[in-house]
Amino acid sequence: MIFFELFFRFFFVGLFSVGGGLATLPFLTEMAEVTGWFTQTDISNMIAISESTPGPIGINMATYVGFQTGEGFAGTAGGFLGALIAPLGLTAPALIIVLAISKMLLRFRSSKYVEWVFYGLRAASLGLIASACLGVARIAFFSADAFSQSADFFAAVDYKSIILSVLIFLGVKKFKKIHPIVFILIAAAVGILFKF
Amino acid sequence: MKLLLDLFYIFARIGGFTFGGGYAMLPMLQKEIVDKRKWATQDELMDYYAIGQCTPGIIAVNVATFIGTKLKGFWGALFATLGVITPSIIIIMIIAAFVSGFQDIEAVTHAFNGIRAAVVALILSSVIKLSKKSIVDKITAVIFVLVALLSFFTDISPVLFIIAVAFISLGINMIKAKKMKGGEEK
Repeated sequence: MIFFELFFRFFFVGLFSVGGGLATLPFLTEMAEVTGWFTQTDISNMIAISESTPGPIGINMATYVGFQTGEGFAGTAGGFLGALIAPLGLTAPALIIVLAISKMLLRFRSSKYVEWVFYGLRAASLGLIASACLGVARIAFFSADAFSQSADFFAAVDYKSIILSVLIFLGVKKFKKIHPIVFILIAAAVGILFKF
Repeated sequence: MKLLLDLFYIFARIGGFTFGGGYAMLPMLQKEIVDKRKWATQDELMDYYAIGQCTPGIIAVNVATFIGTKLKGFWGALFATLGVITPSIIIIMIIAAFVSGFQDIEAVTHAFNGIRAAVVALILSSVIKLSKKSIVDKITAVIFVLVALLSFFTDISPVLFIIAVAFISLGINMIKAKKMKGGEEK
């Protein structure tokens, strides 16, 4: 049964991909080669769509690939089933593992050794988040395409995005009550209006 | 049951407005989980991110599972996790079934470029806010800067940073404790 296989293949991806949604990518590339369920073109479409829709990237990718696979075997209805099964397979191992760790953590919370480990880990974790922020900033503020065409650093800088980003940063500081969702919606509207 | 449905709904809302992966979820979690509902403290949120990065699976899902477990055990974990993935599944299903060339639609590109600029500002605000709790002395400041720069400029996996820092942190604190004990004896 193809849908069982789909579930278990994604279960294994979920079990072995560590460190965020894009970490699933090499596994998906391999899955495409081994099973022939979807093509490399599907994968590049999948990345583009996953990154321009809300939600965790790994889940978006699994849903898209699940749909393509299911559709290939049983038409649109199969696509919907596949789109449901793949992300559930992907999240199942993490759910089990994190549940176990979480219970242990609650029990050993007050242990001084746990506290000693987390003393440095919190700073490291924040460092990784800051690095992710730099990564988004690089894409948002700097066009690698424009730079490779003109080799002019300043022509490749996206000033509109920088201004929007600074304004939103000040907005967050000033209006602490406003929900982040509001800023995201404003930014989307500004992006469309001013053709970012 | 009310709490379980709340967990599902709140995480669905977070999942539905997270653009750009699990890290972009941080500002939303801070607002909804820490500030508004007090379901977890800032410290706990950072701990969950740290562990969520080195356990298998998607970071966003792992963090949701942690918070769900803390509040309501297994069922809490299940509802929070299903909540965070539901919007993705629905949106991608619709796009895959009915919209071809979604990523090439001009308005989508413009909207997303705008959103990216907002995401930078939102994550940066969160990092500044969290730094007060996570960066407490010189050692943690050095760890923060080193990890941020190394992770940005190299391809080293986040998992390695977390594991290495876990051991370094434990070591430093053991030495500190030993010194203090030695001091007392004299």
